[in-house]
Amino acid sequence: MSDTPTIVLVGHGMVGQRFLEALAERGLTATHRVVVLCEEPRPAYDRVHLTSYFSGTSADELSMTDMEFIEKHGIELYVGDPAETVDRDARKVTARSGLVVDYDVLVLATGSFPFVPPVPGKDAEGCFVYRTIEDLLAIEEYAKTAKTGAVVGGGLLGLEAAGALKGLGVEAHIVEFAPRLMPVQVDDGGGAALLRTIEDMGLSVHTGVGTQEIVTDAAGAVTGMKLSDGSELATDMVIFSAGVRPRDQLARDCGLQVGERGGISVDEQCRTVTDPHVFAIGECALAADGRVYGLVAPGYEQAETAAATIAADEASFTGADLSTKLKLLGVDVASFGDAHGTAEDCLDVVYSDSRAGLYKKLVIARDGTLLGGILVGDAEAYGTLRAFTGSVPPVSPEQLVLPAGAGAPTQLGPSALPDEAIICSCHNVSKGTIRGAVTDHQCTTVPEVKKCTKAGTGCGSCIKVLGQLVTAELEAGGVEVDKGLCGCFSQTREELYEIVLALRITSYQDLLDRHGRENARGGDGCEVCKPAVASIIASLAPTIGAEGYVLDGEQAALQDTNDHFLANLQKNGSYSVVPRIPGGEIAPEKLIVIGEIARDFGLYTKITGGQRIDMFGARVEQLPVIWARLVDAGFESGHAYGKSLRTVKSCVGSTWCRYGVQDSVRMAIDLELRYRGLRSPHKLKSAVSGCARECAEAQSKDFGVIATSNGWNLYVGGNGGATPRHADLLAQDLSDAELIRLIDRFLMFYIRTADRLERTSTWLDRIPGGLDHVRDVVVHDSLGICDELEGLMAAHVSHYRDEWAETINDPEKLARFVSFINAPDTPDPVVGFVPERDQMKPDLPLLSIGLRPTGEDVLEGSAQR
Amino acid sequence: MTLAPETTDLKVQLRLADDEWFTVCDLNRLLPGRGVAALLPDGRQVALFRDRRGQVYAVDNRDPFTGAAVLSRGLTGTHGDRPFVASPLLKQRFDLLSGQCLDDETVRVTAYEVRAA
Ligand code: SRM
Ligand SMILES: Cc1cc2nc3c(=O)[nH]c(=O)nc-3n(C[C@H](O)[C@H](O)[C@H](O)COP(=O)(O)OP(=O)(O)OC[C@H]3O[C@@H](n4cnc5c(N)ncnc54)[C@H](O)[C@@H]3O)c2cc1C
Ligand code: SF4
Ligand code: FES
Repeated sequence: MSDTPTIVLVGHGMVGQRFLEALAERGLTATHRVVVLCEEPRPAYDRVHLTSYFSGTSADELSMTDMEFIEKHGIELYVGDPAETVDRDARKVTARSGLVVDYDVLVLATGSFPFVPPVPGKDAEGCFVYRTIEDLLAIEEYAKTAKTGAVVGGGLLGLEAAGALKGLGVEAHIVEFAPRLMPVQVDDGGGAALLRTIEDMGLSVHTGVGTQEIVTDAAGAVTGMKLSDGSELATDMVIFSAGVRPRDQLARDCGLQVGERGGISVDEQCRTVTDPHVFAIGECALAADGRVYGLVAPGYEQAETAAATIAADEASFTGADLSTKLKLLGVDVASFGDAHGTAEDCLDVVYSDSRAGLYKKLVIARDGTLLGGILVGDAEAYGTLRAFTGSVPPVSPEQLVLPAGAGAPTQLGPSALPDEAIICSCHNVSKGTIRGAVTDHQCTTVPEVKKCTKAGTGCGSCIKVLGQLVTAELEAGGVEVDKGLCGCFSQTREELYEIVLALRITSYQDLLDRHGRENARGGDGCEVCKPAVASIIASLAPTIGAEGYVLDGEQAALQDTNDHFLANLQKNGSYSVVPRIPGGEIAPEKLIVIGEIARDFGLYTKITGGQRIDMFGARVEQLPVIWARLVDAGFESGHAYGKSLRTVKSCVGSTWCRYGVQDSVRMAIDLELRYRGLRSPHKLKSAVSGCARECAEAQSKDFGVIATSNGWNLYVGGNGGATPRHADLLAQDLSDAELIRLIDRFLMFYIRTADRLERTSTWLDRIPGGLDHVRDVVVHDSLGICDELEGLMAAHVSHYRDEWAETINDPEKLARFVSFINAPDTPDPVVGFVPERDQMKPDLPLLSIGLRPTGEDVLEGSAQR
Repeated sequence: MTLAPETTDLKVQLRLADDEWFTVCDLNRLLPGRGVAALLPDGRQVALFRDRRGQVYAVDNRDPFTGAAVLSRGLTGTHGDRPFVASPLLKQRFDLLSGQCLDDETVRVTAYEVRAA
């Protein structure tokens, strides 16, 4: 044993674990004996995501320690056995159990402890801190009997703790001494936006007041707290979250130098300044730049630096970027660079909308250099902005913070970034390195680049930019980017449509086994191509001879969950019901039926943005009963669940309106009944206005119609939603028949050539030739396919049947509408409701806290292109 | 009298303890490529699936990302040669054999041993 040198790690937290991985990567676990003293009763876990415990992540799932890794590398891990003394002369560590270990290298990664202000009563029963899983379990236990809880401190960790209380169903208060929340990360404006959003969630925030005393009852349990403004806040429990302090006692006791305000002093190699045999990393270390870092990313960098130094490689830690992007209580908060504008002579560009809880600030130097910024409520631009920090962005800063739609919004592509720009700050990966992964290391997908460079494997906030860079680089290199629909098909949606139509293929399995990628044949497909192919088959059903009903046979297995239950899934597992109300016209009797049904089933009822009525909160087993009554009263499915025609909105038109020149209501009803049930690549929306005043907003629709004194003008490619687009005029002064013929052709041409989930607006902007080409095809019949397009639509119209009427009349189809296959009458106990404003709303566990995968990173992997 | 073909008698069973198999339903109630939810005696919920080869799988029904009991309503597929289900709410995919989330390595749902007997 004496000839193998020994590394002793004290503290097995997040940084400690990373250090072990860095040792293994450098082969040091093979040449050294590695001993780990871990104080907590469990090995390293993900402290950053602690609060996700309250949304269902178990303590085991938080673990970051793979026992196989520990065993494979022969690491001696002593759990629940903290180091008590260090004898630096003899180079020995003694643990609480009496275990004595000789070391050649000692690494301290003891983290920090929560600071509890010295207020009277701070140790009373019902007072907690929030740092470890053990803290969390104790809070959970105590909260069972508590109604109200207060968090002392409104910083990052305080908000996390408040989120935990909220998740436990306790009424939460936040008491913050500073005049705003998160004083370190955001400024007053950002604090105001955050405050509003957090109060809207039902949390009470008290800023600008200090905690003076914890009040207890005779038995010594917390009953409230006295605040510095003289008021008293009644509360059953208190969580202190007033900052953290480095755990440097062990170091102090053995004579290592610590900073004035704590932290073990180290040099740029993370070696203590006192003793070359001792290192300190993570939150317990006072780095060479005089700072103690309270975030994981700098700690990881220190872990790498210490491991490299031990391996006699060159590495240094000279300081880290404090940029962060967090999701706190579901709110995006990001700050980067010189967020508070401390540089001399700098200017602020601010966009703030406190109603929407939005606040965006950029700090700009006189010469236009972007120095830093703060984003609250919408941190979409964080990745790009952070990467531009330190340079002059190629467009004006206003354009970078204004919301889309205001003035000229600009989206800066990552191609404008210099090679040195840091794309992933968690792992310090530059744009140049990512490009290198594609050009020199032949990576062709985002997952490969992640593996190769580590970029994107930390907080995940850079993944979007990463994806854009990889695609841009591949295309620049002339590599053919795989345009296939997904991991199962190398064809585009358009190509699959042509195959299905030409070969009259009515079965997905058949299509997959004959035309899928080699390795996907015979398999079960994926969640991307199944609904896409189901939609193609449904659009063409009458023509290719497939069943018209979307839940027949194999088709049932392909539909997205909404189509499968013919209703829209809500966040708690219940469903919403939207009957069709063509043109928004409804007779009072029918309105009463909707009211009665909603009342009888206790459904939350709302007028939608599409001129109809949505009833929320139906349990899966209630859907058929609700629909039996709706069908009986003459209602049909509104297809709110399908990628198909939604609504044709209408204004009141010439029948009543003094300005109207055509009967817009009648036309809207005709159009809605003609195209109802038409499955398409994405949803289709329409509207008809009775005159040029445009009260129906037809120019924001996929196909919009505006009356003229000579007939109708047809607009196409409009879109509301996230990226609004005004529709383009396709043809003017059409008769009723001409209008319908043109819409028939337009829709069928779109269904044939669009990509999956591509609205008409994006399709029109994408296809070569754009609007002019579409006009050539559908107005001038330049491809000679208009007869075929019209024929396809005619087949659809004549074969339409109401899906819900068909469902409730077929016992076999009804069998799927049960909560449990083995207990069909037991309602799902997870679906619960609580009252709100005379109706009800879902009763939910705390949902989105911590860093959750967002849309982009969720979907990457084999199934995506 | 005609005898029903043998396969219709097959039951889907879950292993709850070493030698305790809990019978859920007839195998033919499971549609290939689609899931159903089942209630366990202790109140837990399980999502059961059957693939096109007739193989059955079972994982916990609770979507760990949202808390809703909906995994049984997701779309299934094959990733490499492993079967998975994609949550119908936020679309994260879970390996049906191990319960491991394919989009977030720190998340896993319980996978149950299941048989058709
Ligand atoms: C109910 C409703 C909101 C309301 O209470 O008013 C609504 C609710 C939903 N909308 Fe919407 N949208 C509703 C009108 C709109 C409108 C306004 C309109 O149609 O006049 C828009 C903007 C117009 C547009 O689409 O161009 C709109 C733009 C979106 C978008 C963004 C589309 C885009 O191209 O950017 C989505 C997301 C998507 O489809 O991918 C969406 C998606 C959704 C979904 C389906 C999200 C989901 O998958 O759970 C919501 C579920 C409805 C449900 O459970 O019943 N909803 N949504 C409205 C239903 C209208 C109806 O009667 O069918
Ligand atoms: C609720 C919460 C949310 C957070 N969110 C974020 C976030 O979103 N982003 C971010 O970057 N950071 C976040 N952080 C901070 C992050 O968790 C820390 O920066 C990180 O854990 C530091 O790692 P560490 O290894 O230095 O310390 P720790 O993870 O605290 O590990 C130190 C370990 O050493 C042990 N120890 C101490 N003394 C001894 C001894 N004498 N012998 C043996 N063992 C000992 C301790 O018990 C502990 O287990 C959050 C923290 C909390 C509590
Ligand atoms: S669009 Fe014209 S016809 Fe229709 S309601 Fe408005 S003003 Fe009247
Ligand atoms: S910035 Fe956090 S993973 Fe890249």
